[in-house]
Amino acid sequence: MLKDRLRSEPSSPSLHSPPKKSGPGQPQNRASNGLDQFFASLQDQESLSILDFSGASQANISFITSMGHRIYSNDALRTMEEAFGSGGEFIANQSDPERAALFLRENLEFADRSFDGALIWDTLQFLAPPLLQDTVDRLYRILRPQSSLLAFFHAEEKAQTAPLYSYRIVESKIMSLTPRNQVRPVQYFNNRSLEKLFQKFHSVKFFLTRDHLREVIVRR
Amino acid sequence: MWNKRKEEEYPPKSPATPPAPASQIKENAPMSTNPAPSHHVTDSRGPAVIGKSVMIKGQIFSREDLTIDGEIDGSVELHEHRLTVGPNGKLQAGVKAREVVVLGTIHGNVEASDKIDIRKDAKLVGDIKTARIVIEDGAYFKGSIDIARPEAARTPGPAQPKPQSANSPASTAASTPATAAPTPATAAAGDSR
Repeated sequence: MLKDRLRSEPSSPSLHSPPKKSGPGQPQNRASNGLDQFFASLQDQESLSILDFSGASQANISFITSMGHRIYSNDALRTMEEAFGSGGEFIANQSDPERAALFLRENLEFADRSFDGALIWDTLQFLAPPLLQDTVDRLYRILRPQSSLLAFFHAEEKAQTAPLYSYRIVESKIMSLTPRNQVRPVQYFNNRSLEKLFQKFHSVKFFLTRDHLREVIVRR
Repeated sequence: MWNKRKEEEYPPKSPATPPAPASQIKENAPMSTNPAPSHHVTDSRGPAVIGKSVMIKGQIFSREDLTIDGEIDGSVELHEHRLTVGPNGKLQAGVKAREVVVLGTIHGNVEASDKIDIRKDAKLVGDIKTARIVIEDGAYFKGSIDIARPEAARTPGPAQPKPQSANSPASTAASTPATAAPTPATAAAGDSR
């Protein structure tokens, strides 16, 4: 599976850099203004529906359900691998209409305006156009007006690789990042390209952090 | 390690007592017109087990704890009891129980009035409604989780969001008063219970 591969196997030339010598690292807590803003947008509300692309984790499930919300959990990396494979054709396969449809069906086939928030983490940076825009359009459709979406993009333009993490919620503004591997992003996103990507949405807010992770809060 | 877990998870079996041949039972049975109490049979053999070579299509109702290590296509209801899906268990079924422990695979919605425990290497695709949930790293879960609070469980709420995919199981009705929740658009065979 892609996740396992990203954790431990040598990388393919198209997607992954050479693997870390030490394998997956230890979890590190990190403050996140984006996460804080995301949960602030849910404040004083209960029984909201939150989409989480990080895969099932006790931390995320417990945190969100303890706020009185409902979580819909899916492992987007796993469904990416199911749809596009994990080898050198990973990016090329995204142009295959059938594979792209499978990815969208597995991850984002919900009724319109189903969710009050979405934790997308860094999933989008592994998607190539036109699937990337199709995915964002689908997110727009399944989110309710005024809802928020949190996404991360690695912000180091010249970096050949970017770290891939497992994201776990510790507190409303603290998350735990467990490094899996170094990954080559499909493309680099600056503020302008992100504004264009989310142009259907009401607003886009950026938080550029010291560790070159661009946190983005998008309001539907 | 795995074996250890299996031993821990499976309900302890009472000391093995080889079943006596029918003829022997007949000879040893006391002469009585009163039917033997049913719990006597249950207690002597431990929790019910559906073995890994068994495949059942249909509805299963149980009034005792049940371990399933085979394949089930249908529905499973143990309202006041514990269901354990063993590592070989494959359920294509809606499940209702007091407590559900998953070591194998479930495709279907799960309602556990007390707790659901999804173990490492387990796979659950469906919507969960429960009071408590434990999910181990390494488990695969796809679906929604609705924590049903006791007071909310008695109050019917608006419909929840459901995935549209035919592969995604339909959600059960919302248990908490709230805004409408996400819903798969083309739900698979809905749970009519």
